[in-house]
Amino acid sequence: MQSDILSRIESGIRLSFHDTLELFRSDDIFEIGRLASKIAQLKNGSNAYFIVNRHINPTNICVNRCKFCAFSRSKGEVGSFELTIDQILERLSSSGGFSEVHIVGGLHPDWPFEHYVAMISAIRQKFPTINIKAFTAVEIDYFSRISGLGLEQVLNKLKDSGLQIMPGGGAEIFAEGIRNELCPEKISGERWREVMEVAHRVGIKTNATMLYGHLETLEDRIDHLLKLRELQDRTGGFQAFIPLAYHPKNTEIGGFYSSGLDDLKTIAISRLVLDNFDHIKAYWIMLGEKVSQTALLFGADDLDGTIIEEKITHMAGAMTGEGMTRDDLIYLIKKAGKTPVERDGLYNKIWKE
Amino acid sequence: MERISRQKALDLFKNADLLDLGDYVDRMRKSLHPEGMVTFVVDRNINYTNVCINQCRFCAFYRSAESPEAYILSEGELFKKIEETIELGGTQILIQGGLHPDLGLDYYTSLLKSIKSRFEINVHGFSPPEVCYLAKKHNLTINDTIRTLKDAGLDSIPGGGAEILSDRIREVLSPKKIKSGDWLRVMEEAHGLGMRTTATMMFGSIETPEDIIEHLDAIRSLQDRTGGFTAFIPWSFQPGNTDLNKDTGSHTATAVDYLRVLSISRMYLDNVKNVQASWVTQGLKLAQVALRFGANDFGSTMIEENVVRAAGVSYRVSKEDIINAIKATGFIAAQRDTYYNLIKIF
Repeated sequence: MQSDILSRIESGIRLSFHDTLELFRSDDIFEIGRLASKIAQLKNGSNAYFIVNRHINPTNICVNRCKFCAFSRSKGEVGSFELTIDQILERLSSSGGFSEVHIVGGLHPDWPFEHYVAMISAIRQKFPTINIKAFTAVEIDYFSRISGLGLEQVLNKLKDSGLQIMPGGGAEIFAEGIRNELCPEKISGERWREVMEVAHRVGIKTNATMLYGHLETLEDRIDHLLKLRELQDRTGGFQAFIPLAYHPKNTEIGGFYSSGLDDLKTIAISRLVLDNFDHIKAYWIMLGEKVSQTALLFGADDLDGTIIEEKITHMAGAMTGEGMTRDDLIYLIKKAGKTPVERDGLYNKIWKE
Repeated sequence: MERISRQKALDLFKNADLLDLGDYVDRMRKSLHPEGMVTFVVDRNINYTNVCINQCRFCAFYRSAESPEAYILSEGELFKKIEETIELGGTQILIQGGLHPDLGLDYYTSLLKSIKSRFEINVHGFSPPEVCYLAKKHNLTINDTIRTLKDAGLDSIPGGGAEILSDRIREVLSPKKIKSGDWLRVMEEAHGLGMRTTATMMFGSIETPEDIIEHLDAIRSLQDRTGGFTAFIPWSFQPGNTDLNKDTGSHTATAVDYLRVLSISRMYLDNVKNVQASWVTQGLKLAQVALRFGANDFGSTMIEENVVRAAGVSYRVSKEDIINAIKATGFIAAQRDTYYNLIKIF
């Protein structure tokens, strides 16, 4: 690795495509990790965030059927499910104390847009104070198509019913060639970014993700990161970036798990490239609690949450549990030498020791 | 490289930045193993009995002789397991059991002879608690006991039962198990008889950093005298289904703790060539990370493993998974034998 990259990062000069490629190609995970850690320290001090949240997947019936996905089913297929709004409310009522609900699901062939609006309204009515984080850009685009409404109208309606935050899923990898191989029916990377831009404009905060470790090249990863950085420059609406390690089990493209070293390096380089993102999340469901905890020393500042009932990654062979307790998360963070901070969906502090 | 003192090791273990430690021992690993290779052995853990009079508090595997789940493997079952191991390209069986009150030296010697008369396989077996138990039972010296086992076919001795080589800790964890001095004596005698052994450490229970350094120092001192240890294998206490769990809660050493112990082990044990990553307790992803924090070996493929599994931790992994996991980190994957001779490069 050329030392001028290091000094440039330290003096706040942005990483170029070629700088980033050099970092990815470098074997010096320690220097990269130390630098990323330094940047994380500047942005968030010693804080490492977590949230008490829960996931709801209203349906796994999906018209898209992406090749890396082990969760989706066709309508009528064995193992397909759909939850009614009452069932969703019931599930949420059965576990108290969470500050955020995370809702993502398949693109259901029959449900009208009004159904999703009613879902959010019903949740908001019953749980007036929780943060509602719902629907990836892929779902929002679908709602626009099935309703005939523009993105802005769709997003405003959802926002008015109570949606505050959107998850960053569906970004996968922006590069067209690979994207077409992975998920030919899914919206393009350009459309994903367009949805996010409109969401940010109407006042919805979102996350951003990148699915890596499948067919993509390092150049594809860098392209993805730089496009996110560029959009964030314009809108400032992204809260956290979440690199997602691909899981090969039960998917059409198969392959291998990404290595723990690749996971750490990707976290660290993301921290260095995305200088305009406040948070880099080491999502424990995807990385495993061990690599996620270690990632707190490689530039990550957030482990996500208690989750409860994670389905999508588990159907693709996640080796983690489906939930963690608040105590588990606090313990992991403290043992990494960081200060645990419980946050809500908008990174407001709920608890700090 | 200058040898690190106890005091300095303790200070680094407690205070050093983990990435700085990793960086240092990664260079050390590179100079000890410049070929960029990560090795593994194809073997099977065979536990001939789960009956154990020691009943250590960190163990979820043992049963009393009266338990309905108590067992002793028959020769037929044992041979079948060995046949399967050989079919899968295995070169070693790790054979260990509880301390069964009814089994004497005859059982062990006839077991070894029957294996050796049928199979060409390295028998890596009977950790120091078993050796000491037999010595005591038959009123033999440790040297005579090992010699008898060796003559019957025992090739090498696994480093299990070391736990933490600090009697203060052993008194709490495993009051009935042999003391530190006994464990070290068995290894020294075995090395003296020309046998190679490994050394282990189980951390993450109730020990202090001082205990960990004491453990490493005991291994380093013995290795200075004998040179008989092939590898050092640190792993973390797995609290599920154990009695100790009631005191410690379900929390044990985290990934960061593991990497720290691994790094300080690599740094301190400058005279032990190989340090193993423990995918069985840490999972493949962290084991991959461990390869940059001092480890150069992936241990065994463990066609069968029962003891860690009894504590509720089960990472199911095939030989292919291990090869792929090693290659994904940029190292060359190679199968080795018990003595770290290369068998096959993948």
